[in-house]
Amino acid sequence: MTSEGWIGKPVTRVEDARLLTGRGTYIDDLPMPHAHHAAIVRSPYAHARILGYDVRAALAMPGVVGVVTGADVAAKTKPFAVGVTSPVHYYCTATDKARFVGEPVAVVVARDRYTAEDAAELVQVDYEPLPAVVDPERALDADAPVLHEKVGTNLANHRRLVYGDPDRAFAEAEVVIRERFRFPKIGSTPIETYGIVARWDPIDEVLTIWANFMGPFIMHPLTARVLGLPENRMRLIVPQDIGGSFGIKTSMFPYIALIGLTAMTTGVTVKWIEDRREHLLASSSGTDRVAYRELAAKKDGTILGMRFRWYDNVGGYIRSPEPGCSYRPLGNYVGPYRFQHLEVEASTVMTNKSLTGPNRGYACGHLYFESERMVDLLAEKLGMDPVAVRKKNLIATDAFPYRTPTGGLYDSGDYAGAFDRALEMARYDELRREQAKARAAGRYVGIGIALAVDPSVSNMGYVATALDPQFRAKPEYLAKSGAMEAATVKVDPLGRVTAILGTTPQGQGHQTIVSQIVAHELGLTPRDVTVVDEMDTFTRIWSISSGTYSSRFGSVGTSATALAARKLRTKLVEYGAHLMSLPVDEVEWREGAVRAKSGKGASYTIKDLAGRGHWNTESLPEGIEAGLQATAVFHFDVAKAVDEHDRVNSSNTYGFIAEVMAVEVDPRTGAVKILRYVTVHDAGTIINPLIVEGQIYGGALHGLGGALYEDMQYDADGQCLTATFMDYLVPTACEAPTIDIAHVSSPSPLTTLGSKGLGESGTMTVPAVVANAVSDALAPIGVRINELPINPSALWARIHQAGGPDMAPRTPHSLGASRETRDAPRSAG
Amino acid sequence: MKPPKFDYHAPTTVDEAITLLSRYGDDAKLLAGGQSLMPLLNFRLARPAALIDLNRVEGLAGIREVDGQVRFGAMTRQRAIEFSPVVARRLPLLVEATKLVGHLPIRSRGTIGGSIAHADPAAEYPAVLAALDGEVVVRGPRGERVVKPADFFQTYLTTTLGRDEVLTEVRLPAMDGKAGWAFEEFSRRHGDFALVGIAAIVAGDGARCTMARLATAGAGPVPVRLRAAERILESQGLGDAAIEAAAARAAEIVEPDSDLHASAAYRKNLTRVLTERAVRRAVTRLGGR
Amino acid sequence: MSEPVTVRLTVNGVAHEGRCEPRKLLVDFIREDLGLTGTHVGCEHGICGACTVLINGEAARSCLMLAVQANGAEIATVEGLATGGTLHPLQEAFREHHGLQCGFCTPGMLMTALDLLRVNPQPTEAEIREGISAVLCRCTGYHGIVKAVEAAAKVLVPAKRV
Repeated sequence: MTSEGWIGKPVTRVEDARLLTGRGTYIDDLPMPHAHHAAIVRSPYAHARILGYDVRAALAMPGVVGVVTGADVAAKTKPFAVGVTSPVHYYCTATDKARFVGEPVAVVVARDRYTAEDAAELVQVDYEPLPAVVDPERALDADAPVLHEKVGTNLANHRRLVYGDPDRAFAEAEVVIRERFRFPKIGSTPIETYGIVARWDPIDEVLTIWANFMGPFIMHPLTARVLGLPENRMRLIVPQDIGGSFGIKTSMFPYIALIGLTAMTTGVTVKWIEDRREHLLASSSGTDRVAYRELAAKKDGTILGMRFRWYDNVGGYIRSPEPGCSYRPLGNYVGPYRFQHLEVEASTVMTNKSLTGPNRGYACGHLYFESERMVDLLAEKLGMDPVAVRKKNLIATDAFPYRTPTGGLYDSGDYAGAFDRALEMARYDELRREQAKARAAGRYVGIGIALAVDPSVSNMGYVATALDPQFRAKPEYLAKSGAMEAATVKVDPLGRVTAILGTTPQGQGHQTIVSQIVAHELGLTPRDVTVVDEMDTFTRIWSISSGTYSSRFGSVGTSATALAARKLRTKLVEYGAHLMSLPVDEVEWREGAVRAKSGKGASYTIKDLAGRGHWNTESLPEGIEAGLQATAVFHFDVAKAVDEHDRVNSSNTYGFIAEVMAVEVDPRTGAVKILRYVTVHDAGTIINPLIVEGQIYGGALHGLGGALYEDMQYDADGQCLTATFMDYLVPTACEAPTIDIAHVSSPSPLTTLGSKGLGESGTMTVPAVVANAVSDALAPIGVRINELPINPSALWARIHQAGGPDMAPRTPHSLGASRETRDAPRSAG
Repeated sequence: MKPPKFDYHAPTTVDEAITLLSRYGDDAKLLAGGQSLMPLLNFRLARPAALIDLNRVEGLAGIREVDGQVRFGAMTRQRAIEFSPVVARRLPLLVEATKLVGHLPIRSRGTIGGSIAHADPAAEYPAVLAALDGEVVVRGPRGERVVKPADFFQTYLTTTLGRDEVLTEVRLPAMDGKAGWAFEEFSRRHGDFALVGIAAIVAGDGARCTMARLATAGAGPVPVRLRAAERILESQGLGDAAIEAAAARAAEIVEPDSDLHASAAYRKNLTRVLTERAVRRAVTRLGGR
Repeated sequence: MSEPVTVRLTVNGVAHEGRCEPRKLLVDFIREDLGLTGTHVGCEHGICGACTVLINGEAARSCLMLAVQANGAEIATVEGLATGGTLHPLQEAFREHHGLQCGFCTPGMLMTALDLLRVNPQPTEAEIREGISAVLCRCTGYHGIVKAVEAAAKVLVPAKRV
């Protein structure tokens, strides 16, 4: 293979020039001169029966062209398919009842947004308020208000998954640890909110949707079905630039249906740009979760098994792809550890909070927060160093590819090597000595460790784990699996190269990466390659898994690109050989041209071949397809449907993260200061280190947000308390830590270039590493962090209660004794 | 999040503004820097019939020294205060507090008069006004009056400013050149309103304290002068024991509320911790600059 | 008085005139009436800073100002930074140091950093962090932005002390 060495280079981004000069094209920038604007009427109640609507005053307002209510939605659309068998009827607005504050109940369309908001205030909705429930455990009580009468309970889904023989592992254990954890409801709140423009052509019956959606994904067929449209009559166009997503924009499909319906009903082009209040009230977030964990181990620190019991709060309706909150990390439930026995009891609960969906680190921030805390608790119980306990249980470097008991196939890795690298960088032993000194001086300094297997490219098959094996065994059930991506590389008549993809980047620099790969494979420079990566469902090759989510581009998009470039190169070599009248095996691609292996005779560059191949097709060898382009569709063979034992390889490539963090807690204010933060990543082959490090910094700050600041809070009546950026605390530059980053590389044997995704990175580890570090800091007074985020007010109260800062150190509370009541204050548990 | 409809007026004199206020009664809002009012309009939490914009009123901005006071036209931008040599010389506490008001782009527009008239108890300027025992000048149809902070702030976002009155000037006594000062605050995130803030000014030498001024932000519905704590410093000096006693007393005086971000008990604790830290830092600045 | 008003202002040195309701936000006027979509809307309550522009040379939130209030003002937006085909040194530094990912906060970040460097041409890292804390970025963890502003300070140096 010819290599011009563009893989691994910190190439500056081709996207930057337009974005730095204000020439980006985001959804709100598209010229839509005749668009009308929508304002959405939303429920002020967390739970209320809707008795009727009066839209007369709104319709009478000058400039208003139409109003769509929940009654229209019920009459003209279908409910969305949900990922579970419970009869949850989820429409794109409330119909019979509103089930969370901010749930859409009607849409007003007017000549501009100002007028639309004026008219929205005039829409009268007659509500009968009902009691609300917001806590996922309380919602399962027999006397709790039930959100969906047809379901009859707030439990949307429940599965008990058993791998190995957990009962025996616990029976044989020498040590058992039990703990309860709470993970907050976090939304990554991209700075660009949702935006949709919909235009209905009633003659051709085509609905065109422009949206900053990160699909089409499984959501395109779901949405077309809701609107009663064939998929090839619903055209989705995603603009070139999306202002961040972090998974959140996966969940805008109900609005695509709603704005689409509004355009179909009113006959005008309708534009809706979500405002920040709407976003914080009603876009999407990860689930808040209550988790009960048990760990069985031997006295030497060997973990024998674990039990997880989860209550994931999906809000008022279970919206696809939930209950992914429980099953997305199925293949890597055991993380980087060898234990074989696991029981998972996952309850997906509906309460009167806003709806949930993928959020950067989807379910993995939760998973590793609980698991890594448990490992630390084990170390504490056994009086072992947390490093030693982890090393005792790591999957060995020679065990890859490694099949986990839950069906995951870890493609490659060197966990011990990466962990050692992190310990080295943090100078762990020295840190421990410094900590001892600080403690002796009365300071609360702690060291935390977190390890995580970092899954990328979801296998869509995992979603079916929500269904019982008996259900999946029915003949009419269609199994699900897959993860594919397509790319086309073409040479134009003057020899320039264009790569076309249908990915929907939200800041990850796909154009740059693709230009590097194509340049690398074809002996060009990245500047020679134009990359077009907007999605248009009418022109791009796509399927159920298409989109940019689950850190998939770094594995699957890069592979498709490299394959397409190689396919084209093979064609160019054949063509060159033909022009040289040599057998194909006597020529090669070298330094950007087809050359004879002998080194003699003419050579043909891409330009030379384009000049002939396009302008004189007679010059092509017999039997070759005309045109100088190649399309490749890459997919993973390891993406298989969930089996009858609930085992599934839920992702396709698996990286690794090892982190060490040192913190100091000010016992008088409860403030947490990060003293040192080291993160080591293994994402296989790195294509652009600049972009990779950008992802690591960004992911870490999202993780830190969840650990220390961010929390969508509700009062007991279901009123959202964090509907502004003054109360939902997004970290600023002053809160962002400096990070020491290093990489180790275990190339994936499954991807074309050996690369893996790493876009979610620190969101998976930082909640765990912060909780471990703060718990370690406060170990002398027995305060442990089992709830996030760590609110200084609540942490101070616990320090105060525990006798700090002026009291002498006490022995830690006995394990398992810290189960808090469900009414305990929300944060810093 | 677009503002509702309103009548818009941009008077060029205070009298014109007062006339407009009188005409609309309760239904008008004065627009100064807009950094608090505009969000309320965008959320449609404020829905005045009329907005009376003070930004075109002549002579309502400016900083001057008169009779040992520094006088600020109500429309003086926080940014102008931050970079004013007169303020740096005479009111270093105000400069320190100003840097804690939001962020520079907020201070470009935000005004001293707007901040004080808005009377957010967590804001820095009301605390500085209380600590320095300054005055505000208020004009209405019945003429002008000068109001002390204790007679101005009533409760959350509420002052004794009449519906037809305009706050025109803020007067702060120049600080003793040998006094030490500090503004300490704790917020969860940089640039946010403080959970608690403490403004401190002390004069004296290491042992003796000839004057102490302490005031809070965020520790109750209005800024509070911590007189009992001041008296402890003034009678017991500026040693560690006195500072700790004063801080403990400060926490007893305040009556904060609980909210999303902090409990009342925590705010009391912060009052103590920050009073201690503010006084200690102020002491390091004793003796002139 | 709630009737449309005429707004005359200068943006990036070009005089503009438009008519709008007095309640129209400056950022909407810039984007919709003047067609300058480089300035973005992120929160409409003054926290995220995406809409930050220079008003008479000073950074300010254009979501917290009415268009009518900008009558007679000189406004600078991100579109005015580059000259011809050449990026401003601050823009160049953002590209060099990966100071942006999705680019949505970038215009506000650039205008804020420009103002910061004007009032403090040689900021420390802590001062840079404090200065740019006026703008929320959810992609970069701010690292590349801090590096970019540090680098730009070195290039822009003494020329612009206030």
